[in-house]
Order: sequence, then C-alpha cells, then structure tokens
Amino acid sequence: MSNRLRDAAQDLLPKLVLSPSFVLILIFVYGFIVFTGYLSFTDSRMLPSFDLVGFANYFKLFSLRHWSTALSNLAIFGILYIVICTVIGLGLAILLDQKIRGEGVLRPIFLYPMALSFIVTGTAWKWFLDPGIGLENVMHLWGWESFEFRWIKDRDMAIYTIVIAAVWQSSGFVMAMFLAGLRGIDNEILKAAQIDGASAWKLYRRIVIPMLRPAFLSAFVVLAHLAIKAYDLVIALTNGGPGRATEVPATFMYSYTFTRNQMGVGASSAVIMLIMIASIIIPYLYSELREKRT
Amino acid sequence: MSGGGNDVALRSGAVARAVIYAVLIVFAVYYLLPLFVMLVNSVKPLEEIRSGNMLALPEVFTFAPWVQAWSKAQIGVEPTGLSPYFVNSLVMVIPAVALSTFLGALNGYVLTKWQFRGHRIVFGLMLFSCFIPFQIVLIPMARILGMLGIAGTTWGLVLVHVVYGLGFTTLFFRNYYDAFPSELIRAATIDGAGFFRIFRRILLPSSGPIIVVTVIWQFTNVWNDFLFGASFADFDSQPMTVALNNLVSSSTGVKEYNVHFAGAILAALPTLVVYVVSGRYFVRGLMAGAVKG
Repeated sequence: MSNRLRDAAQDLLPKLVLSPSFVLILIFVYGFIVFTGYLSFTDSRMLPSFDLVGFANYFKLFSLRHWSTALSNLAIFGILYIVICTVIGLGLAILLDQKIRGEGVLRPIFLYPMALSFIVTGTAWKWFLDPGIGLENVMHLWGWESFEFRWIKDRDMAIYTIVIAAVWQSSGFVMAMFLAGLRGIDNEILKAAQIDGASAWKLYRRIVIPMLRPAFLSAFVVLAHLAIKAYDLVIALTNGGPGRATEVPATFMYSYTFTRNQMGVGASSAVIMLIMIASIIIPYLYSELREKRT
Repeated sequence: MSGGGNDVALRSGAVARAVIYAVLIVFAVYYLLPLFVMLVNSVKPLEEIRSGNMLALPEVFTFAPWVQAWSKAQIGVEPTGLSPYFVNSLVMVIPAVALSTFLGALNGYVLTKWQFRGHRIVFGLMLFSCFIPFQIVLIPMARILGMLGIAGTTWGLVLVHVVYGLGFTTLFFRNYYDAFPSELIRAATIDGAGFFRIFRRILLPSSGPIIVVTVIWQFTNVWNDFLFGASFADFDSQPMTVALNNLVSSSTGVKEYNVHFAGAILAALPTLVVYVVSGRYFVRGLMAGAVKG
C-alpha cells in the first residue's frame, strides 16, 4: 500500500516540479498574448478597455503613415541586415578556415560585439557617425575636405546607419555559426574533390556551401527574428529620428501604446509583430523538433 | 612548384594568403574601431574631442570623465552618476539568473528523464516563448506587476526576466541532459533513489559546463536588457542600460561625449569581462540558442 502511494508520488513529482515554470509560461506568455490580442479589438486608449470595436484598430493601423514607414524601414533594415551579416559571416568563416595563424586572436575580436548591449553599441556608433565630431570630421582633419557623411542626420539615409551598427554587432556571431558548420564537414570529401581536380572556387560553390544549409537556415531565423524585435539599437542610435524617419514596428508599438495613448492601435501593431515572427519561427521549430524524433 | 602532395583543403599561393590575411585584418580593425573610439575618447578632455580628431590618441590624459560618469553625472533627479544604476542592475541580475538557471535545470531534467504524455508540446510551448516580440506582453505585464504590488521594483524586473528566460534555460538543460545515459537513471531508480536524489547525485555533478553556459547567457541577456527596464522600472530601480541611454540622450546642457563613452564602457564592462574570461562558453551558449532540437 505504502509502496503504491510512493510510486504514485514519484509519478506525480516530475510534473509537480515542472508545473510552476509551465504555469508561468502559460500565463505570462500565452495568457498575455490572448489579452493583448483581445485589446487589439477594443477601443482602449490610455487604459485598457473591454469594449469591442471589431477590426477598427487594424484598419486605422494600416492607414497610418507612421506604420507604413515602420514597415518599409523594417523591410529595408531586415533585408540588408540579414544579407550583409550572412555574406560577411560566411566570408570571414571561410577565410578563417584556411588554417590561419592567429585564428585564436581574430575570432574573439570578430565576436565580442555580441556581448555588448545594443545601448552601448548605439552610443558608440551615434557619436562616431556624428558629422560634427565623428567620421566626417576625422576625414576633414586628415585633409579630405570634401568628404561628406551625414546619414545619421538625413531622413532618407538614417535607417542605413542602423544597418551599419547592427551588422557590426551581429556579423561575428553569424561567422561563428558558419565556422562551426565548416568544421563539421568531413575533410575526406574535400580531399576527394580536390584530387578530382576541382578548383577552390568550385569546391566551395558546389560542395561546401550546399553542405552549410543548416547553418544558413539557423542564421536566417536568428537574424530575422532579431530584426523584427529591433528596438534598443534604434532608440540608442537615432531614437526613431530624424523626425520619425527611423520608426520601426517595435518603436511604433511603444510610442502609440505608452506616449500617444492609443493602446488599441499599439496592441494591434504588437499582434502584427507576433504574426511576423511566428510565421518564421513556428515552421522552423516544428521541423527541428520533428527531425529529432525520427 | 611540384604538382602533388598537397593535403591542405584550399591550395593557395603566397599572394592569395596575403590577401586573406589583409581582409581578416581589415575586418578586425572594423570590429575594434568603436571600442577604440570609446576608450580613447573617454580619457580626453571634452575640448579635445570637439576640436580634435576622434581617432587620435589623447594629448591630455584625464580620468575625470570616468569619475564624472561613475559618480557625478546628472541622470535622475540628483547628480549621482551611473553607480547606483550599476548596483540596481547587479541586484536584479543575480537573483534573476540564479532562479531561471535553477528552474531551467529542473525542467530540462523532467523533460528528458521523466517524460510524460505531452512533454513535447510543453517543451514546444516553452521554446516558442524565447522568440516572441516582447511588445506583445508589455501591456498586460504592466497591469499584472501593478496588481502584484511590485510595479517599478527590482523584484518586478526579476520576475519578468525569470519568466522570459525560462524558455532558453530549459532548452539548454534539456539538450544537455538528453545526451545523458538514461540507463544510469534507470539503475538508480531500481536501487530506490528518488527524483531529487537522482538529480542531486547523478545529474548535477556532471552539469558544470551547461550551468556555466546558461549562467553566462542569462547574465548577458538580463544585464543588456533595455526594453523591460525602460518599461517597468522606477527611478530607484532603473538598470544600467536605461540610465546610460538617459545620460546619452538627455538634451539639456552640453553634450559631454567623453562622459558618454566612459559610461558606455562601464555599462559594457561586466559582460565584456565575462566574455573575455569565458569566451568559449559564451560561444557555446550562442550556438545552443541558435541551433535547436
């Protein structure tokens, strides 16, 4: 009898141990998603309201110029950020993989920005790109009088300064992912191809890069979700300006919800952000977890 | 000049190798440049930054900007410098990291060695929580923290960071314990060892590396967080990142670039030190966070 009780307890115990975490996640993640989703259909302004207004907030959202700016900035930033990080990351990984002397020194230099807060990165780049004291001024002092670089003050170009700083921060990380992928490739395959007379270029294009598919996929997923979540860097580097020229969805949501008192619109923008991320992450997680099972 | 006998993956001449080194060094300069700019200009008098060259070494060397950033700069109501915010961050980070790591270890243990029906769904739900845009939880979180009476406190921030760190810590420990031989656990169960005993005696002693990875990952994430700190902290619980941003973007008075740079280095120092001391584990955490399953 006492044995069976003990068994039952042993059976229950693991679930009991897991349950606090699981309940926290259920409430604070999924419950909150439902709550924000609900608010996006209400006329909430400064405070949450529970009066439903249908899709009005979504119609309003997509009619706002700020939101279309935010979306097109996200598209520009996201595409450039993902492509440039991938190109630099892959390039550096391939070069570092050529039995380089000093790899142990170079790798940590490429990677350390990942340890910094985006606020620190933003501060450093903000003043370095400032025309008055930064790069432009340096070039003038070095004798290149006509040099002009004032993107950070330019409504049309400011979004590209965010790309510069973000690439600086993340490309080393992408390099590390590709390097791990390269190190995982069987050397025998490369040797065999080389004996067959394949040139270095062909070797990489035909054999190595296709074998890095999983690394490409992981890099894409990580970079894409970081791009959609980008907030801190924009705040620190341009604070959404000049004007609202570098507005992105994350800054839009914050300002509409907490400073413009349009919580319903803010909530609907958060829902759109979640949908964007979910449409990338869920297929990825699904395939990763399923692969594991077989 | 002889044809055969090369076993290097990429055959390359001296010129090609020189180009490779040159490219790598150019990129090293690119990555080091902002750090160099911050360091050099944090020890210059303000006048020298404004009239001089940002990339030049200081003519007059001064620690005054560091002192100013640490203990004198006006950030909140009083000219306290960044030091109280540094302490706020520490007081927030330590319990948040400890709690989320501890819970993650237990979760990973349950999800690999005591699997139950639906364990995969539970894990999937926890894993997805790593990626959500936090904008989706800001509004209800503000309300809940208010209802719990911990709005604007360090404990409120600890709760937030524990909850949204759980997905990653669980993932790390799950993947690590997954590779741990289940036969050992089964043998111990037959010998009459219970749930906690097996965890303490068998799994925990060999968990060193994954604990280090998880602690570094959580420390870096929580220390570097800005969004939650900016949303949920009061003046007396603001973390370092928020204080630094306030310092740099305050529009009143003269822009003290040298103080901003010193402050930025101060804010970066803890995570940089962790990175330098244990870079290997840091990278392993990044990879584990990226490559799922």
